[in-house]
Amino acid sequence: MDEKGFNLGDDAILLQPIQRTGKTFYLTLFSLIAVILWAAGAYIYQYRDGLGVTGLSRPIYWGVYITNFVFFIGISHAGTLISAILRLAKAEWRRSITRSAEVITVLVLFFGVGNILMDLGRPDRMLNILQYPHFQSPLLWDVLSISVYLTASSVYLYLPLIPDIAILRDHGGRYQWFYRIFALGWSGTERQHHLLEKGISFMAILVIPVAVSVHTVVSFVFAMTIQPMWHSAIFGPYFVTGAIFSGIAALIVAMNLIRKVYHLEDYLRPVHFNNLGILLLVMTLLWFYFTFTEYLTTFYGGEPIHMTIFWMKFTGKFAPFFWGMFLFCFIIPLPILSFNKTRTPYGTLIASISVIIGMWLERFVIVVPTLANPRLPNEAVLYFPTWVEWSVFAGCVAFFILLYMIFTKLFPIVSIWEVREGREKSMAEVQERIKTYLPGIGVE
Amino acid sequence: MHKWGMVIDLDRCSGCQTCMAACHAENNIAIIGPEESAMGRTIHWIELLPFIEGEYPHIKARLLPRPCMHCEHPACIKVCPVGATYANEEGIVGIVYSRCIGCRYCTTACPYTVRSFNWYKPQWPKEMQGSLNRDVSIRGKGVVEKCSFCHHRLLKAREKAKVEKRELLSEDYIPACVQACPSNAMYFGDLNDPFSTVSILSRERRAFKLLEDLGTEPKVIYLSEGM
Repeated sequence: MDEKGFNLGDDAILLQPIQRTGKTFYLTLFSLIAVILWAAGAYIYQYRDGLGVTGLSRPIYWGVYITNFVFFIGISHAGTLISAILRLAKAEWRRSITRSAEVITVLVLFFGVGNILMDLGRPDRMLNILQYPHFQSPLLWDVLSISVYLTASSVYLYLPLIPDIAILRDHGGRYQWFYRIFALGWSGTERQHHLLEKGISFMAILVIPVAVSVHTVVSFVFAMTIQPMWHSAIFGPYFVTGAIFSGIAALIVAMNLIRKVYHLEDYLRPVHFNNLGILLLVMTLLWFYFTFTEYLTTFYGGEPIHMTIFWMKFTGKFAPFFWGMFLFCFIIPLPILSFNKTRTPYGTLIASISVIIGMWLERFVIVVPTLANPRLPNEAVLYFPTWVEWSVFAGCVAFFILLYMIFTKLFPIVSIWEVREGREKSMAEVQERIKTYLPGIGVE
Repeated sequence: MHKWGMVIDLDRCSGCQTCMAACHAENNIAIIGPEESAMGRTIHWIELLPFIEGEYPHIKARLLPRPCMHCEHPACIKVCPVGATYANEEGIVGIVYSRCIGCRYCTTACPYTVRSFNWYKPQWPKEMQGSLNRDVSIRGKGVVEKCSFCHHRLLKAREKAKVEKRELLSEDYIPACVQACPSNAMYFGDLNDPFSTVSILSRERRAFKLLEDLGTEPKVIYLSEGM
C-alpha cells in the first residue's frame, strides 16, 4: 500500500482506459459523432416537414421507429435482469461482467423511449402524456413501467459503482471533484459494505419483476388491440423471452469489444463466454418454442383473416424478413452455441451478432405485416423505410456506442471491488457453501 | 338523449362518390397530390371500399361507402394515451386535434381503418383557400383526423333551435354526405327514437353492420343489396 492507503495491484489494468486515451478512441469518437450529426439532420428534416418523409402510409402507420422501440427496450433486458439473476443465484463468474451488462440497460433505454418520441407526429406535445394521461391506453402503461425500470436500473447500476468511484477518487487522477461527489464519502468500512450489499440485493430483487413487466407491457401495446396476429395472449412471455434473448446477445458483443479494445482477456475469459453462450442457447430454444407455438396456433385455427397475414409472412412479400428472422435467430446461432468447441468468445460473438439482427427482424415482422393487412379492403401499399428512418436508426446505434465508450472512460467497466472481493473472500465462502450441500461433512 | 346513426342502403348506392366529394368540401380535407396518393397518403372521411368477391369469370365487385362507424365500444378511444379521442354523450366519436400527439395508436387499433393521418401540413390550391368551411377547424401537420358525422352541423342546429326556443328535432341535423347523396341511399337520424327512419330501417331484415362480430357496435348500419 502506498501512502494514500491504496494499492491496486493486479487490477491496475482496469483503470487504464480511464487514465490513458489513445488515437483510436478519438477516431471512433469522431466517426460516431459524424453519424449522430447526420441522423440529427435527418430528424430535423422530419420534424420540419412531417412524418411524410418516412415510408409510412395508410394503413402501415407504424414502421421502423416502433420496431426500434421494441428492439431497444428488448436489448435493455441484457443488463439488469441478467446481472440481477446472476447475483441472486450467487454465480461467482458474474463478477467481471455485471457492470458491462448494467450499463447497456440504462443507456439503451433512452433510445427505446427516444424512438417512440421520434415516431410522434407532434413531438412538441409529448408532455400531453403527463398532462392528460389516459390510463386505459397501454402506451401509458409503457410510460409508467419504463420510467420505473429506468430509475431502478440506474440505481442498480450506481450502487455497485460507489466503491469503484471511491477508488478513482483516492487514485488522484482527473475529475477528482466529480468522483468525490459521487463516491458519497465511501471509505470501505464494514458497516458501509454491509449497507451496500443490502442495497444491492434489494435492488436486484426489485428489478426482476420490473424488467419482466416492461417487456410485457410493450407487448400489450400490440396484444391489447383486436388486430389479427397481434391479439395474442402469448405476446407477453414471447416478448420477454425475445428481450432477454437479444439482451444476452448484445452483452456478448459488448464484452467481446471491451475484451479486445482494453486487453481484458484475463478478466473476460472464455469461461464467461461459454456460460453466457449456454444461456443464449437456452434462450434460442425458448424463442423457437414460442415462435413455433404462436404460428402453429394461427395455422391450425386457420381463420382467413389470420391466414392472410400468415401466408404473407411465410411465402408473401414479407417472406424475406420472416425467413431472415428464422435464419438469424435460430439456424445460425443454434449449431454454434450447441458445441463446446464453438462456444468460444469468437463463436459466441458471431452467434450474438446473428441474434441481434434476427431479433430486429422479428420485431419488424410482428409490427408491419399485421398493419399491411387490415380487415377491410385497403389500398395495397408497400412499406419501404426511407433514408430518414435508416439514418435515425444508425444515429441511435452510434449514439448508444458513443455513450457506452464514454462510460468506459469515466468508470471501470469491470467492477474492481467485486473482482477483488471474489478473489479475497468468495473462495472460502463457496467452499463453505458447498459443504452445506453435502451429507457427511459436519457444518456447525 | 339522441343517439345519432346512419343507414346506408347498398341497393340504392350507385357508387358515384358524391358523398366523398361533399365530405371533402364540407370538412376542409386537405388535397393530397397524385404522388402522395400513390403512396397511400390520401385522407378521406368517407370513402368507397371495393369488395371483390369470387374469381374470374365469376367475379363480383361491390362498393361500400364507409364513414367512421362511431362505435358504441370504440377501439380507438381506449388506446389513446392522452384522451384526445372521445365519445360525447350522444355517441359521436370525436378528436381533440389540439391535444393529439400523433402517435397513431388509434389508427392502428381501429378495425375499420377509418382514421387518417396528416403526413404533411395540409395544403389547398390557391383558388380553394378562400372557400374553406369556416365551421370546421383545419387540422395541422402530424395529427389524426376522421369523420365526425359533421358534428359542427349538430352544434349549429342546436344553437338555431335554442334561438327559436324549441327542442332540437332530428330533421335539423344532417351530415354533408347524406345531404348530397343523389340516389337517396343514405339516411341519418336518431336511433333512440323508435319511429325515426334510421331506427326503422336499422331493424329491417336487410340490415347489417360491418365486422359485427368484433363487438364494436357501429352506429352506421348497412342495408344489403339484392334481396
